[in-house]
Amino acid sequence: MKPAPFDFVRAASLDEALGVLKAEGSDARVIAGGQSFMAMLNMRLARPKVLVDIMRLPELATLAQARDEVVVGAGVRQAQLLAWPDLPRALPLIAKALPYTGHVQTRSRGTVCGSIAHADPSAELPLCLVALNGHVHLATAKARRKVAAADFFTGMMATAKADDEMIEAVSFPVAGGAGTAFREIARRHGDFAIVACGALVSGTAIRLAIGGVADMPAARDFPLLEGSALDDALNAFAYELDARDDVHASARYRRELVRRIGRATIEEALKCRA
Amino acid sequence: MPRLSAEGRHAVAFTLNGRAVDGVAEPRMLLSDFLRHVIGATGTHVGCEHGVCGACTVEVDGMLTRACLTLAVQVEGSAIRTVEGLAPAPDRLSVLQAAFRRHHALQCGFCTAGILMSLDAFLKATPRPDEAAVRDLLSGHLCRCTGYTPIVRAALEAAAELSATQEETAHA
Repeated sequence: MKPAPFDFVRAASLDEALGVLKAEGSDARVIAGGQSFMAMLNMRLARPKVLVDIMRLPELATLAQARDEVVVGAGVRQAQLLAWPDLPRALPLIAKALPYTGHVQTRSRGTVCGSIAHADPSAELPLCLVALNGHVHLATAKARRKVAAADFFTGMMATAKADDEMIEAVSFPVAGGAGTAFREIARRHGDFAIVACGALVSGTAIRLAIGGVADMPAARDFPLLEGSALDDALNAFAYELDARDDVHASARYRRELVRRIGRATIEEALKCRA
Repeated sequence: MPRLSAEGRHAVAFTLNGRAVDGVAEPRMLLSDFLRHVIGATGTHVGCEHGVCGACTVEVDGMLTRACLTLAVQVEGSAIRTVEGLAPAPDRLSVLQAAFRRHHALQCGFCTAGILMSLDAFLKATPRPDEAAVRDLLSGHLCRCTGYTPIVRAALEAAAELSATQEETAHA
């Protein structure tokens, strides 16, 4: 399990990195922390002609709160975000979800933006981005654009990012007083989730995001339902996600988890509402 | 920086356990292979080669790192620590290593190098961990011999011993 050959560019500037993407298109891939992409290279699921390393660009290693959103640069590692003192206040959902992402030994290297670029349907950070209505900041050599989370994920490990684009940063809106909770079921802690649930409960509405079931994270808004009305809404959501059987779990088991863990997550979020 | 060609072999230099080392590597060469085959530092073991088993865990610039998920050309100029750097002298074990020996925290030893590196970094950052924190850290490693219980015991005993030593030093 060794990667196929590729050229390597350790970008000395963002322009250099974007220039390689412009010249090489789909033959070039960006590598940041490498915690998902290196495994794909080793298994030869990815065979780029050139790899662009962006981890020595200080301008991408920025983590800052700008008024009502937190902007996380492409060089920010997951451990760095988890250790940010303002995280529980500014982004409580991420503070609760991030400990489920991989392990200490992978969060130390893996980046926040890298996990979002990888777009694994059961990963926690894409789920949080969708739950919070965050944005992905994309750059090419010529232009920049911001894509809403709901438009960014387009399928199983597929996104709206073009071949000559790279993620420069992602932004998450700062919490507005909603109660938050995150739960997931996996075979072992740190494994990819069979079902992951993130809930935001405000005074008037419930927002529930589910990962691991559909081919991308999905969120639904409900009014403040209770009792059997909430059960019915969760049941309908569970079926809409079009669960499939795989080696980890049956579709039926996944729907049951959406109903039960989804409800438990909503109730927990309701309790912690300020 | 100039583009490193796929077919070429390129100079890579870094410090390994405080000592300057260098060699040449194709861009696709993994750090795990560079350490073992180019430098000859075979203490770092290679298991799954996709980041799951944790056997190849080393420290790069203070960060726990899967050497199999890192390219040799990425660590140019870095400071790397491996299991060879843990013992204070060739004939002495570190506190953590000695606790592993007392508690039989290894049998075949294949996973041990990575687990020692994780625990070494963890105990510096978390001097008084509880069992749950140790088990959370160990979830990033696979051990097929021990069932983990002796590893947890060794880690907790080493943590107690290390923090007692630090307090003595502080009060001296």
